[in-house]
Amino acid sequence: MKRRSFLKGSIATSTLTIAASAGLLHPTSVLADYPTAAFDADDAAAAVSDIMGSSDASDSGDIVLKAPVQAENGAVVPVKVSTSVPAEAIAIVVEGNPKPLVLAATLGAGANGVLSGRIKMGKTSNVVAYAKTAGGVIKASQEVKVTVGGCGG
Amino acid sequence: MTTKIKLKKKSNGYDVLVLAKHPMETGNRKDKKTGKIIPAHYITSMKFAVNGNDTVEASLSQGVSTNPLIGTSLSDLKAGDVVSVSWVDNQDGGESAEATVK
Repeated sequence: MKRRSFLKGSIATSTLTIAASAGLLHPTSVLADYPTAAFDADDAAAAVSDIMGSSDASDSGDIVLKAPVQAENGAVVPVKVSTSVPAEAIAIVVEGNPKPLVLAATLGAGANGVLSGRIKMGKTSNVVAYAKTAGGVIKASQEVKVTVGGCGG
Repeated sequence: MTTKIKLKKKSNGYDVLVLAKHPMETGNRKDKKTGKIIPAHYITSMKFAVNGNDTVEASLSQGVSTNPLIGTSLSDLKAGDVVSVSWVDNQDGGESAEATVK
């Protein structure tokens, strides 16, 4: 696996050494937690199920998705998810993208339920935000119109 | 420094914004001169910590825009706390940055 080459490769070691010596990088935990399958999935339900434990989600006012109704540029669409109840994970899905899951986060101690980012959208589609809460998975969605697609294909 | 972290006080804690300079190549684009696919190069994991204790871990993908601007929110911060972020990408690159709560 290319990632493990940092153990052997001298070029890769130099960039990681700086971060590792600052005590900020913990190689085993960083490499182990990335949900590769979820991000590779071409089916939104499968991706959500992988991250949230279930794709069975209910619409709820406890999760708010802020996204533009019309994206000027599909390559840079600003989205923000916030929950008014404690959440342990948030995921953002673009239903029309070839790989629907674009951004996710696990929220640990001291984190409020907020995740924002700028995402790429290939075409007009629904953007759906999911949050895993004590009461189950909740979601909020909004259609975002895209005139110039941003997936670079 | 090509990774910047900013803290902004809000009523429920602090908004944390990170701007990382990164091409976030999808691996779908072709080099116009050679016709070869430009390899995928994107940030995968971005971890946040307060005084060295892990809190939020964001997972990014090719679906995140170039030069990611990622935001989250932390409560229970007090003056002097150090909020740090460190990210790695799929080509074994990585960077970190930190900010101290005023």
